Amino acid sequence: MALSGIQIYKLLPQTNCKDCGFPTCLAFAMKLAAKQVELAACPHVSEESKETLAESATPPIRLVTLKSNGHEVKAGNEVVLFRHEKAFYHKPGLLIRLRDDLSTEELKKRVSALEAYAVNYVGISLTIDGYAVEATSGNAETFTSAIKNLREISKRPLILITKNVDIQAAGLGLLEGENPLLYAADNDNWEALADLAKKHNAALVVSGSSLEEVAELTEKIKGKGVEDLVIDHKARRLSDSLMFNTQTRRLALKKNFRPLGFPIISFPGDTDDSAKEGILATQAISKYAGFIVLDTYSPEFIYPLLVLRQNIYTDPQKPIQVQPGVYEINDPKPEDPVLVTTNFSITYFSVANEVEGSGLPAWLVVTDAEGMSVLTAWAAGKFDSERIAKDVTRFKVAEKVTRKLLVIPGHVAVLSGELEEELPDWEIRVGPREAVDIPAFMKQAL
Amino acid sequence: MPIEIPKDSWPGTVNIVTIGATAENGGTRSRTVTVGGEKTLPFLHFEAEIPYPPVTALEIKDRRPDDWSPLLLETWGEVMDNPGSWAKAAEEAGADLLQLSLSLTDKNGNPTTPDTAVAAVKDVLKSSGLPLMVFGPGQAEKDNELLVPIAEATKGERIVLGICEDKNYRTIVATAMANDHLVSGRTPMDVNLAKQLNILIHDMGLPLNRILMDPTTGALGYGIEYGFSAMERLRLAALQGDTMTQLPMIVTPGFEAWKAKEAKVGEDVPKAWGDWLNRAINWETTTAITLMEAGADILVLRHPENVRRVKMAIDELMTIPQTA
Ligand code: B12
Ligand code: SF4
Repeated sequence: MALSGIQIYKLLPQTNCKDCGFPTCLAFAMKLAAKQVELAACPHVSEESKETLAESATPPIRLVTLKSNGHEVKAGNEVVLFRHEKAFYHKPGLLIRLRDDLSTEELKKRVSALEAYAVNYVGISLTIDGYAVEATSGNAETFTSAIKNLREISKRPLILITKNVDIQAAGLGLLEGENPLLYAADNDNWEALADLAKKHNAALVVSGSSLEEVAELTEKIKGKGVEDLVIDHKARRLSDSLMFNTQTRRLALKKNFRPLGFPIISFPGDTDDSAKEGILATQAISKYAGFIVLDTYSPEFIYPLLVLRQNIYTDPQKPIQVQPGVYEINDPKPEDPVLVTTNFSITYFSVANEVEGSGLPAWLVVTDAEGMSVLTAWAAGKFDSERIAKDVTRFKVAEKVTRKLLVIPGHVAVLSGELEEELPDWEIRVGPREAVDIPAFMKQAL
Repeated sequence: MPIEIPKDSWPGTVNIVTIGATAENGGTRSRTVTVGGEKTLPFLHFEAEIPYPPVTALEIKDRRPDDWSPLLLETWGEVMDNPGSWAKAAEEAGADLLQLSLSLTDKNGNPTTPDTAVAAVKDVLKSSGLPLMVFGPGQAEKDNELLVPIAEATKGERIVLGICEDKNYRTIVATAMANDHLVSGRTPMDVNLAKQLNILIHDMGLPLNRILMDPTTGALGYGIEYGFSAMERLRLAALQGDTMTQLPMIVTPGFEAWKAKEAKVGEDVPKAWGDWLNRAINWETTTAITLMEAGADILVLRHPENVRRVKMAIDELMTIPQTA
């Protein structure tokens, strides 16, 4: 965990020799704490202090990256237990499990569907991150052929699932130059799997039924030189996995307990009820999982989870915003109507998507409402008649149109009178309250 | 390697609130619902006992709603034409309690009158033994006009009356006090606003074990993260000992999720959204479960399948881990 300036000062020689370029060791310590200088600038630090400082500089939860040709998925490096304390940084990877005894045809069908899958949420294209191939067959040839079939279609990162070291080795042989994740090392196979992971630069899941068991294993495996570890608590029930995930996160962050300072992997797909799977995945996203392996892959199942992940991992300090300005939708002409909304991403995209979907041309004025929704901005005084009028003028909207018709959101109908005063040569029209009703409104009323 | 698990020992406890009264206690309910009492964050059995699990409510209306998703209209079918039948169906679907939301107008557009509102409430009470919450249409004057006679006509039932907001709480709180009911207060996703309203309500003399708070939430994809964090912060404040945040939390994932386009609209939507019905149900499930992980005590839902799902999740979350 990061040390304070005073704590760092205690580790320095305290001679104030100025060789580092600072007048005192304390001044240097303060700069170090603020990460504005490198420790190397002090030539006199003891080896012991160097180690302590290096240790304190490593993140309490290791960042583990799975890589393949051109794709990667990262987990770890989190610094808080609650997102409001700062933010959650690395969205958990969502990977779909494929069992190697699927027919070639079925496997290719699923992977093709998933590769084609992308859903647009507030202008961001959301997709799954990769696949977990499980050697259900217990046969190296079947396993490798499943991986080959998958790799014909997808280049995304992989998790290889089998406790059998020979089968793992066969699978890994096909993934030269990648950094996959191997599932899983336990008390029986850890040495051989650690060697394999080391040889192939793979990350390794460490699986155990108690925190103690996992911690002992991670220490032993680290001793073999494998650092990219991921924890599997074997807990599959909601209350158990919530407990393990919370305890692991707390130990890593509050106690800087290195043996558990790794991302966690969850297997919601281990249940055979897809409703339950969705619930387990929902908990995993909000409560500390780093990689999530799913079996169900239908769009109506994946889409809510992708959105939840996006929501929980947005920075609470910065609402996602779009640039204020005039947006042209469906090639508007001077006689087409002007709609006005705020620059909160969700708001903008709800409106823009509906206008676009209507097929009717319009100008969309996005005001600077400091990234707030219509009603929030209105309540906060960031979307009132004055501000709207100011942006209409600032963006020179009047020069773009011949018909001065301005449509305001139905939720702020109260603004229409004042706006008429602020923009006397415009006709102000109150639109529907919800964006869904915009197409019908445009067809009928505009 | 022995590991010492970091445990927080919180000084604060969430208030215990009981909704509904059986004949013994001056009401007519066949059972009551009790929530609150948490001494730790949601479902952390290793830290403290969790005396009362969260509960599910189903939202019903005094008449067939005009603006609900067609999927919900199809699911509930004819019972929606009569609040009593709807209440009965909701009880059969497994809800722990009911939320009756009153409409602003009748189906012909005439304002809802106190008489018809009282009749609807009585019909619900007659048809179902579940504890009840009654919420006005959400306009101050109308809410007061309808809720006062309802409170009087159901004295002693320990109904939750809503919604108290900073601009409109006095009349509702007064009638709840006079008629042995409870209230629910709502503030927009802010710890301080929630506290302020709770203080105002409590200062009128209503005991804390008769107040719920609704911190407001957004649906999945429409601001849920704000609600999630506001709830986590409120619950942390409660556990840290801040009395005016120690109220059980009620949230409305049903209302929020079914307002989202993902739930409401089936045609001309991206193919990547998948099957409409399952997507809509999942939207509500995901919203509800996320809020429950943040500390919700009462989850007001709209689709019966989600009563089943959320209850299944509650059962599992209340199963004490063996190693704890
Ligand atoms: C999330 C949220 C917040 C977040 C902010 C999120 C953000 N970036 O804007 C936070 C927690 C910060 C917040 C703060 C506040 N909030 Co707030 N918040 C909400 C909440 C829950 C959801 C808002 C949302 O994101 N909606 C989704 C977006 C997409 O909706 P939208 O912008 O309205 O857009 C829709 C329509 O308006 C329409 N539309 C949009 N543009 C256009 C344009 C045209 C032409 C047309 C036709 C249609 C149209 O299409 C969209 C989709 O249908 C609502 C309650 C709720 N559940 O709705 C309260 C709510 C908006 N907040 C409210 C309030 C009062 C506040 C605060 C003032 C509280 C306070 N005193 O501190 C603060 C103000 C902020 C500040 N001072 O900094 C009130 C507003 C009450 C009112 N009617 O005036 C609400 C309604 C809650 C309530 N019931 O009391 N809030
Ligand atoms: S070089 Fe090292 S010992 Fe000298 S003043 Fe700087 S910090 Fe202190």
